[in-house]
Amino acid sequence: MSDRNEIIARLDQWLEVEYTFLDSAALTDKLLARPPEEQRLLLDWTRRIASTQIPLAYEFTTSVMTQMEVVDGELIESWALNAMDAYDRSGLQAAMTLVRDVDRFHHYRREREYGVWLGERQSVLRHFVHGLAGRKLDIEECEGAPWCDGETIFLPAVVIAFEDREKNFQLYKVMVALLWAQVRFGGLRCDLESLKLETFCTQERIRLEAHIAEELPGLYRHMVALKGDGSTPPYQFTIHPDAVAEKTTRRLEREKARFKVALNELLPGKTNEEKRRNAARLSHEQSQALNLELQLDGKPLSPPEGMKQLASSILIDFGEIPPDYLVPAGAGDYDPKLLGELEQDPDAVWQGTYHEEGATLYDEWDHGRQHYRKGWCAVREKPVAEVKDDFVDRTRAKYHAQIKQLRKSFEAMRDEDRLLKRQSDGDEVDLDALVEALADSQDGSEMSSRLFTRMHRSDRNIAVLFMVDMSGSTKGWINEAEKESLVLLCEALESLGDRYAIYGFSGMSRKRCEIYTVKTFDEGYNEAVRNRISGIEAKDYTRMGFAIRHLSKILNETEAKTRLLVTLSDGKPDDYSDYKGEYGIEDTRRALIEARRSGIHPYCITIDETARDYLPQMYGPAAYTVVEKVYELPQRVADIYRKLTH
Amino acid sequence: MQATPLQTEENFILNEPYYEPVGNEVTIFEAAYNNGLPVLIKGPTGCGKSRFMEYMAWRLKRPLVTVSCHDDLTASDLVGRFLIKGGETSWVDGPLAAAVRAGAICYLDEIVEARKDTMVVIHPLADDRRVLPMEKRGELLRAGPEFCLAISYNPGYQSVLKDLKQSTRQRFVALEFDYPEAGLEQRIIEKESGVDSAMAEKLVKFAAMTRNLKGSGLEEGASTRLLVHAAKLIASNISPVEACESAIAQALCDDPEMLSAINELSASLF
Repeated sequence: MSDRNEIIARLDQWLEVEYTFLDSAALTDKLLARPPEEQRLLLDWTRRIASTQIPLAYEFTTSVMTQMEVVDGELIESWALNAMDAYDRSGLQAAMTLVRDVDRFHHYRREREYGVWLGERQSVLRHFVHGLAGRKLDIEECEGAPWCDGETIFLPAVVIAFEDREKNFQLYKVMVALLWAQVRFGGLRCDLESLKLETFCTQERIRLEAHIAEELPGLYRHMVALKGDGSTPPYQFTIHPDAVAEKTTRRLEREKARFKVALNELLPGKTNEEKRRNAARLSHEQSQALNLELQLDGKPLSPPEGMKQLASSILIDFGEIPPDYLVPAGAGDYDPKLLGELEQDPDAVWQGTYHEEGATLYDEWDHGRQHYRKGWCAVREKPVAEVKDDFVDRTRAKYHAQIKQLRKSFEAMRDEDRLLKRQSDGDEVDLDALVEALADSQDGSEMSSRLFTRMHRSDRNIAVLFMVDMSGSTKGWINEAEKESLVLLCEALESLGDRYAIYGFSGMSRKRCEIYTVKTFDEGYNEAVRNRISGIEAKDYTRMGFAIRHLSKILNETEAKTRLLVTLSDGKPDDYSDYKGEYGIEDTRRALIEARRSGIHPYCITIDETARDYLPQMYGPAAYTVVEKVYELPQRVADIYRKLTH
Repeated sequence: MQATPLQTEENFILNEPYYEPVGNEVTIFEAAYNNGLPVLIKGPTGCGKSRFMEYMAWRLKRPLVTVSCHDDLTASDLVGRFLIKGGETSWVDGPLAAAVRAGAICYLDEIVEARKDTMVVIHPLADDRRVLPMEKRGELLRAGPEFCLAISYNPGYQSVLKDLKQSTRQRFVALEFDYPEAGLEQRIIEKESGVDSAMAEKLVKFAAMTRNLKGSGLEEGASTRLLVHAAKLIASNISPVEACESAIAQALCDDPEMLSAINELSASLF
């Protein structure tokens, strides 16, 4: 380690000095002035950051050595990850500024020691505010003082008012509770535009503190402790009247429409006309606890859960249910946009800019960095376009004999109810066994105690999800073979009765990761599914990690004793630009480890002859099969599945 | 003291169980009983279904036979089976048959958990025939006027696979139970545990908070039973926050984030 030339050589390699002309010798000399333990640590981080961005790594190491007298391993790690997250999020410029900024670093050090981040505690705070009655408020990050628009509570990203983590978290809680109380006790109902904001916010805070004292005495005690002697307590919130007004207008319109439509469904009567007449017989009562009781001719109606929530949200806005809300309306009377969030077309989102709207974000494992890249892949689901042709019929005819045989062998696997004889416990006496046992006891032999019969009930309970590679490399006969395999599989699985789903995957870059729905678990093997199988076509690249993560999630939502994730693939993971070689393999391996940890059995069927080099590492030595000849694939897939689940 | 063995059909309830009527369920049950109609009790866990059955058994002075159904419960587990004793077979009644013979109230708890075929044996018993066919003995057991069949189920958490069939549910007089309204729930907690009314009121408030969380990460809110447990711990000098954590939060879920949110809620309240 102390060999100067060796370190220079390594740095030259990691920092690609040949092209970047970074001064590895100077860096090495600075490094050598440090104790060996620190040298090792810094070199390791230089390598890991360099795998993401080379100049950033150089800057980072230089900057750390000038700023820190003693290197603290944990602090370095989180600072490095922070820098790389900044790079992922906002690019090189932002990351460089962050790394160079000494004050920021010292502030960061303090934050790390005592600060509480919203990101860490967001879901706890969200559950917390959902538990307090009323409208379900969401929690988001903002700059500056906390505030609420009536639907979302905005909080600072990090709280570091005290040199005590616990106290800082309590401060978050107090902020949330106050803003909740603001919504709950009508603080946003008055005309906010005409007010002198600063004074009003202070008055509001004092009013709401009193409400908290009454409603949540335990929290109030904390609040008093946090208040301090300054004029403005650290939890003082602000109000953004424009945002509140905009949200309120939209919400009132939306909730009125939804309430009236829900009422329509609740009321008896066949036509809308009849329902409207029945509405005259309605009466209602609301309680302090924001419950609405609806009565028809004095008899209570029981509204569904969703409508109850709607009612309490309306009660928060008005303090009562306005009379014109109690007139039912058909769903046709309103713009469907008001009634439900319309699903966005995954293609439309993609047009133009890098939009992450409507996509699910998944982390991705960065092998070089030895850490996850947060929210790295934007994943969208969309159905495969149906193609109405004779593909399925043709395949059925082509493999007529094989299908017949497959069905037979799959039927044999079906676990059926059968009578088990000679059991030690059971529903009925096994007469054969009893006669034998009595004879045995007559001639002095030992008498068997297994004298009963019992019904064995089938409990084959398997859910399998097929994940089909739709990358560009499958174009042509591989794609054809995959489709044929799926037809054969479906035919066979229909006779077996296991629940199965089929999804394709492909994508180009992390911003466009696509999952193509061919058949969901709830769908039968119907016309549409057959047309979709026929419509499977080669698309772009093979990014695999996101597909495994997303499909594992789907698989885990299905109820089954055994869950299988079977991949049909033609090669190693590979994507446009960044997802190549070791990076892709390591991310896929990580995703499979995550899947296995959640109780899924992954298996891979591939036609890549070189797969033996990387599949054992990804799937484990026994969890893959290489099919050497493409034309064998259709018959082999069903066969492999049979062996796998026998 | 030693535990005393008791034949299932001799389980008379001797002391009046504590029960607060919520609506007219007592009169409806009695009317159904007098007319030989079976009763279906719906409601979430821990809202007082089993306590109600004990109360009715005490009121009607009939023994109570309770069977907790599970997914391996077969028809012969209910009706009975032949056993072998000394080279001969001998018949042993199952709890349902024993209840019919003794004119008891038979309460099948969480009936949907049982296997599908089990449901069918109660059909003839649950309509105007009121007989229990004992296929293996080739007998029909006719129920007397004292016998009563009651089943319970929780429509909330069962999967679609475990819904009650129409042919079963349409034989019963149905009573719906839910958590009692706040004032009543408070009184129940006070009576059952001995905490003061201020504490009981806070516990009810806390229960409402957990019930608000149903659907956003929690399968079910705190039941009245859990509140009573927490109140009992509090009455034994456990601090309210600790009691809520052990008796309620930990009993509701395992998710660490949800647990910490529930604990923060109780810490805010007490």
